[in-house]
Amino acid sequence: MQIKPTINRLGEQAILVQWDFNITTENLNWLLKVKEKLQLKLLKSKVQIINTYNSLLINYNNGIENIYTDFETLESYDFKVIDSEEFKGELYKLPVCYDVEFGLDLEELAQRNSLTTAEIIDLHTLPIYTLYFMGFLPGFLYLGGMDERLKISRKNEPRKSVLKGAVGIAENQTGIYPTSSPAGWQIIGNCPVELFNAENEHPCPFKAGDQIQFYSVSKQEYDTIKQQIEDEIFELKPESHA
Amino acid sequence: MPKVEVKKAGFYTTVQDLGRLNAAQYGVPRSGVMDSFSAKKANLLLNNPADAAVLEITMTGPTLLFQSKTQIAVCGAIFDMYLDECLISNAKAFQVEAGSVLRFSGLKQGFRAYLAIQQGFKTEVVLESRSQYQGITSASRLVNGEKLEIEALENSVIASARVNFEDQELFSNTIKTFRGLEFELLPQKLQKKLFTEKFKLTPAGNRMAIPFKELLPNDLKGILTGPVIPGTVQLTPKGNLIALMQDCQVTGGYPRVLQISERGLCKLAQKKPGETVTFQLSQFD
Repeated sequence: MQIKPTINRLGEQAILVQWDFNITTENLNWLLKVKEKLQLKLLKSKVQIINTYNSLLINYNNGIENIYTDFETLESYDFKVIDSEEFKGELYKLPVCYDVEFGLDLEELAQRNSLTTAEIIDLHTLPIYTLYFMGFLPGFLYLGGMDERLKISRKNEPRKSVLKGAVGIAENQTGIYPTSSPAGWQIIGNCPVELFNAENEHPCPFKAGDQIQFYSVSKQEYDTIKQQIEDEIFELKPESHA
Repeated sequence: MPKVEVKKAGFYTTVQDLGRLNAAQYGVPRSGVMDSFSAKKANLLLNNPADAAVLEITMTGPTLLFQSKTQIAVCGAIFDMYLDECLISNAKAFQVEAGSVLRFSGLKQGFRAYLAIQQGFKTEVVLESRSQYQGITSASRLVNGEKLEIEALENSVIASARVNFEDQELFSNTIKTFRGLEFELLPQKLQKKLFTEKFKLTPAGNRMAIPFKELLPNDLKGILTGPVIPGTVQLTPKGNLIALMQDCQVTGGYPRVLQISERGLCKLAQKKPGETVTFQLSQFD
């Protein structure tokens, strides 16, 4: 199903391999399999590879001795041989408090999209989102799979600052601000779970290909979880696979 | 551990090494020295590993008190520098005695200098790097009065390495670039303009990005969010040309019209706001 990628050098120390395909979980899973194959077998150098929706960036920061031969390997490689069997990411459930205290733009979203707050919460907690990659801020998750009925343009005037954990919507994307930050997204709630901590062995609990589902919690439950996180007794565990 | 006391931090001084090469997967900027050529040269003069942590000194230099004997070398931007009130030169290793004070005075050429110290500064390591970055390391820059740990000098033999060439080319205005990923989407007239116009650095430039003053009106559409790296030059819908630098984000949504070469990035890092550069097109063999 996958056609030949476009392969370009990005400066002296990187190669970008890009496919012209749609943003789907299947294509992401295939991309992550290609990434693994390149890292483990195909390329001669020890490289760092990151993926976005439809591309793999291969970084040669440890030395560019093999970049020319690797480039040729990529150009002649038949990517069709990599099959698209299930790549199984983990499923995580994340609490979100949609209380008006946090949901600064719930009312605007309700009005503009002719929805009630309860409907917004339902539409936001129902889908299982796919984590495509992280970017923008450390620990900021690019999630796919939001319900089109929640689609809304960014704020005309970005806010100077939103709280750490603010859950927002911009166009057809939803995301969580991992730290307090200036923000142009419409804010509908807050997630108390820490998404990034540079001190941890795994700075972010998730990886590309994982799945995320939100569940609604009251302000009281939110405070309890926040306290558990502070006391270091909150554990975020993946759901067991069905 | 012996220490170096920061009597005055200077305008914008940070601890940097070659950056976080393995953290882009978490959305963490690479960081690291802006002019890697000069930083590596300073480390080389002291027989340090290339990734030893140095001070990146921007526009005005710090005043440092060395609490123990060590060796230092400063490369990159050329300042008047005084070690215990003795004028010392750029790009040369110097022995420093306990109690010595290094003071920076006027900036004569360039914008960023790199101070290497024997074995490198031993500040905190976060995600495999000592490079300071807000939200990742506990501090984002040096502050007056802080103390930086260094290695005790094991022997008093002065580093013999000499890098004895003039590097005036570092301060030239021509920046070597390659075609960016969306270069071909530009109309030919704009493609030509990129390599014929002079572009002036605006005062908004920093370690994250350097925007240029001249506008290149265009009707390119945004791209699907994709990877960017230091040296990627983006063109916004309003026509602003922005060169991404070491602290840039790992992905972006503006068309990537140019990619600056490694050496070109070092040269751009040595330009002050208000100075101009021209981009020169280069191709891969």
